[in-house]
Amino acid sequence: MTLLIEKHAKPSIQEVLESGTFLVTGEIGPPKGTDIDEMIHHIDLLKDKVHAMNITDNQSSVMRYPSLATALIIKERGGEPNLQVTCRDRNRLAIEADLLFAYTRGIRSVLCLTGDSIPVGDHKDAKAVFDLESVQLLQLIRSMEEGKDLGGNDLNGPVKFYKGAIVTPEANPIEPQMIKFEKKIEAGAQFFQTQAVYDMDNFKRFMEKARKIDDKVKICAGLVLLTGPGQIKYMNNNVPGVFVPEDLAKEMEEAPKEERLATGIRIMARQIRMCIDEKLCDGVHIMAIGKEDVVPRILEEAGVDINEL
Amino acid sequence: MIITKSKPFEEVLKELEGQDKVFIIGCGSCATTCETGGEPQVAEMKARLEAEGKTVTGTVVYEEVCHELNTKRKFRENKEAVEAAEGFLVMCCGAGCQSVREATEKAVHPACDTVFLGNILRLGNFQEKCSLCGECVLEEFGAICPVTRCHKGILNGPCGGTDNGKCETDREKDCAWTLIYQQLEKEGKLDRFRKIYGPKNWQANMKPGRVIFEKKGGEE
Repeated sequence: MTLLIEKHAKPSIQEVLESGTFLVTGEIGPPKGTDIDEMIHHIDLLKDKVHAMNITDNQSSVMRYPSLATALIIKERGGEPNLQVTCRDRNRLAIEADLLFAYTRGIRSVLCLTGDSIPVGDHKDAKAVFDLESVQLLQLIRSMEEGKDLGGNDLNGPVKFYKGAIVTPEANPIEPQMIKFEKKIEAGAQFFQTQAVYDMDNFKRFMEKARKIDDKVKICAGLVLLTGPGQIKYMNNNVPGVFVPEDLAKEMEEAPKEERLATGIRIMARQIRMCIDEKLCDGVHIMAIGKEDVVPRILEEAGVDINEL
Repeated sequence: MIITKSKPFEEVLKELEGQDKVFIIGCGSCATTCETGGEPQVAEMKARLEAEGKTVTGTVVYEEVCHELNTKRKFRENKEAVEAAEGFLVMCCGAGCQSVREATEKAVHPACDTVFLGNILRLGNFQEKCSLCGECVLEEFGAICPVTRCHKGILNGPCGGTDNGKCETDREKDCAWTLIYQQLEKEGKLDRFRKIYGPKNWQANMKPGRVIFEKKGGEE
């Protein structure tokens, strides 16, 4: 079988994690429109600073430049993409077709998500698909790896992906979330990137529970950059599964206005350092949400160079 | 119970543009309970249309408008008023409206929006608990339907949008997966929660649905 891309500029997420190296990933949020210059700038800025970049798929149900196309651009620029696939906008046929395409173009890892609900986004009248959800998407990929589509038909050439999923350490109640985590592993998940974590004590408790369920699956802490007291208040009140503890909120509140971004950078650098030094998890996933420019600074403050991990 | 909401009167008036003689049909079952097409609402509609200069040739409220043979019989019983009408205003669900469609070749106008198959919590307070998917999963989930009561209709546990037992789409709505977890825990059946459910057959009841029972047909 001919793969259109046979040479990879970077090691894959699987190679990094399975070598025992601490994984550092960033995130690219594609733009709304055809002006992709800034996105390419971000890709170029991050491609040698992180092992791989997630590409969001119509994040928060807001229509944007496609994740699959962005993944290909990342490859063109010499980076390593981690393709996010949600089930909100595509049924099983469309997802399967996209995965065939992704595989032939050298996409090696897929993060499987259910997707946010339509009403939280910018096309509130749209029909939500959800033909499948995250667990079933993992099953679908496994089936395609075994050479069958979901219709039970033989594929003329299978796919092969390193399969990722997400988990929410701050979910309340946590028990159903942990069962779903276990189901995702059973369905084929090999690595996890968590929803944003801030309360590191709670994250430690979560990791203990997770390790009891499976001590081999790779888990990377999701970190979202804090930018100011308003954002913290908004997230605590409006974003399910995200909780910024009081001490961090206070640290941000006490910072002068011009120091807020620097404070957010400092907080995240500290969290990254903690994850590495205390061997809390297998990696971090940095979500700078529009502030990708500062990711190199965060890593520098954390003293992290991916070539030396 | 089919839950309906009344369309704004202005919209109804717009539907009836160019139709001066109207026959109004209300429904004695669901639309009566919803107070969208019972006797009082039909009488009020009649008065409002007449105030707008329309002639209401007649009105009828009966159970159930969705019964097509019944509807045809009501048309025969009200022959004169029906024949005098230029159009029919149907104050009940979309099924009732299309039942009227089968009884006449004249214009048929809906006065309601049909929203869901609902449970009655109390008068005027309805909740959707079943979405008629054609392949019932209630046995697996403690008689709480995730296909309907989870906004995303997913089958393998809560999404990331669950928040203290509520749904991200509406903080007034319970997260179905929290309810299912609590119920299965009470019943000692969490193994059902742990089980992986494969992709659902969304064509179990292929649209448009049609069922013909062998021995029950033929009644009127």
